[in-house]
Amino acid sequence: MEPTLTKSPLLTGAPAAILLKNTPMIKLLDIEKVYHTDTIETVALNRVNLTINKGEFVSVMGPSGCGKSTLLSLMGLLDEPTGGTIEIDGRAVTSYSDKELARVRNHKIGFIFQSFHLINDLSVLDNVELPLLYRAGMSGKERRQRAQAALEKVGLIARTKHFPSQLSGGQRQRVAIARALAGAPEIILADEPTGNLDSVMGDEIMDLLLGLNRQEGTTIVMVTHDENMAHKTERLIRFFDGSQVS
Amino acid sequence: MLFSYLKLAWKVLLRRKFFTFISLFGIAFTLMVLLVVVAMFDYTVGAHYPESRLDRMVFANFLHVKFKDGGNMNTPLSYHLLDKYVRTLRTPEKVAIASNFHATPSYVGNRKLDLDLRYTDATFWQVLDFNFREGKAFQEADVKAAAHVAVINRTTARQYFGTETGVVGRTIVVNQTNYRVQGVVDDVPAMRFCSYADVWVPITTSPDDLQHVQLNGDYLAIILAKSSGDVPAVQAEFERAMKRVPLPDPKGMDYLDLHADRLMASFSRQLMSPLTEYKSDGLELLYPILAGLALLFMLLPALNLININVSRIMERSSEIGVRKAFGATGGKLVSQFLVENIFLTLIGGILGLSLAYVALQLISGSDLLAYARFELNWQIFAWALLVTVFFGVLSGVYPAFKMSRLQPVQALKGSGK
Ligand SMILES: Nc1ncnc2c1ncn2[C@@H]1O[C@H](COP(=O)(O)OP(=O)(O)O)[C@@H](O)[C@H]1O
Ligand SMILES: [Mg+2]
Repeated sequence: MEPTLTKSPLLTGAPAAILLKNTPMIKLLDIEKVYHTDTIETVALNRVNLTINKGEFVSVMGPSGCGKSTLLSLMGLLDEPTGGTIEIDGRAVTSYSDKELARVRNHKIGFIFQSFHLINDLSVLDNVELPLLYRAGMSGKERRQRAQAALEKVGLIARTKHFPSQLSGGQRQRVAIARALAGAPEIILADEPTGNLDSVMGDEIMDLLLGLNRQEGTTIVMVTHDENMAHKTERLIRFFDGSQVS
Repeated sequence: MLFSYLKLAWKVLLRRKFFTFISLFGIAFTLMVLLVVVAMFDYTVGAHYPESRLDRMVFANFLHVKFKDGGNMNTPLSYHLLDKYVRTLRTPEKVAIASNFHATPSYVGNRKLDLDLRYTDATFWQVLDFNFREGKAFQEADVKAAAHVAVINRTTARQYFGTETGVVGRTIVVNQTNYRVQGVVDDVPAMRFCSYADVWVPITTSPDDLQHVQLNGDYLAIILAKSSGDVPAVQAEFERAMKRVPLPDPKGMDYLDLHADRLMASFSRQLMSPLTEYKSDGLELLYPILAGLALLFMLLPALNLININVSRIMERSSEIGVRKAFGATGGKLVSQFLVENIFLTLIGGILGLSLAYVALQLISGSDLLAYARFELNWQIFAWALLVTVFFGVLSGVYPAFKMSRLQPVQALKGSGK
């Protein structure tokens, strides 16, 4: 926010998107993540400093096991860092309570997992409504309308009553994307969203994310193994062994 | 929110038919057995027709004699003993004396009918409250005059006369003796063994020599206290009176043991005698034993329910992770599983209640137990349901609570397992 204020005189008249791009959305300061198992200690992230600005579409690449998923879970507040500070939209969330964390996850973040993580007992529509279920004061009707709108965007409006087990992998991933979109979050974190899909499906999903970033200014961080996809994004970050290398 | 939780619970239960079936079956079956057993128990020792004033009643029906050589004798009482030492008590409102019932052959044409016959005094009809379908009880004057009059139950009227109505004034032959029917009452279940019979006649028509001085006989006393609070006073006076009963054979006999017990205690005193050696009514042992058996019986299904619930929630670890990732607080997750568990348990409870109802109808309808009409005990149902809900909630919510405190990634990976 402060950078916006100081730079704003220079940027007068610039499109809102550009103005936004100089404001940090996610800031990792000295982030460290160490996993302890019975005997081994794995340093998954080693003193990472990284800023993702508002409206950016960033892709993250690196060999398997270098800490990409760990990085994304920390950004999505799905796990706690061993050390360092995370700021979301200018606020340090590291000391947030369960309730405050839940609120940020619900309002600001939409997560797309590599293995979809749909709830098999729920229909497609109910899966997509899930984030809205935790919004205080939203009526059932509004929840349904928003979920339907999100399904419309991913082209699955005809499948609302199906269950995840009745869908193909690509369709499931699109449901997962619709679920991430339903709450209209400012940030989308996608962990290898096309990793389990064939290239045609992968391209479709990539287009969807690009559209979202361009039209709605959603900040997106995507982990991928696909160079082609990574090059479609504005910024590419490479990781190796728990550290950012470029 | 509650509504969407309920909707969700319903969907989950429908989607997981096997789990739902096992859980519901466990809950319903346990509740059913519990309700049936309690209904039978209550039926035997609860305040029911014709002993509806059971809270004011004590029974003297067995005498225990301890011999000096260590031997024991356990026997029903003589009329003389009851008439002289019990009927004369001052604290009770009324004292009824009756014989035990005995199967007595009777004939309708060529058909043999085994009727259970009991000899009673007139007070018997005042202490107990029989429902008279027609006619009335025999009175003091009938007993004094050894009148050959009888009260019969409806089934006997139907079997003997072919009709339940208009039989007052007709003659029934029992034990080769003619009795004029004076009243017809509703059937009394056989477990009420101080009041039950098919035919009741004046005690004075008994072939026994009632005034013969002896201890043992074939009789019992039903004592009605003025109020339930007065029962201890009645029992105290009874104990004092019994001290005055002389030992017929002071050389051979050590002492007499005769008590006025509440119905449950009178059963227990006999049942538990191998353990208590007649030193107490044995309730202090019987109740813990019954409670222990009941707990043991419920333990297995409870463990099963807990096990199923825990593994079910472990299975849903990834669901918990997803919900957390999209903004569920720990509290919301716990409430979700709470609603789900209570919902499931309540369905199981209602199912168990219906099963118990059907089972009791079937048992009542069969001739397994004479004249038995079992009823559901709502209080026990409420308690059992409460216990089930408690286990359901405990077993469902505790693991949900633990998992809701995991980091979302851990739950997503199923680290709960
Ligand atoms: N829950 C965990 N417990 C122990 N080690 C873990 C755990 N999660 C990840 N790791 C380890 O941390 C490192 C980084 O993992 P991850 O972030 O999943 O890598 P990537 O997504 O880049 O393949 C790996 O060495 C992995 O084995
Ligand atoms: Mg990964």
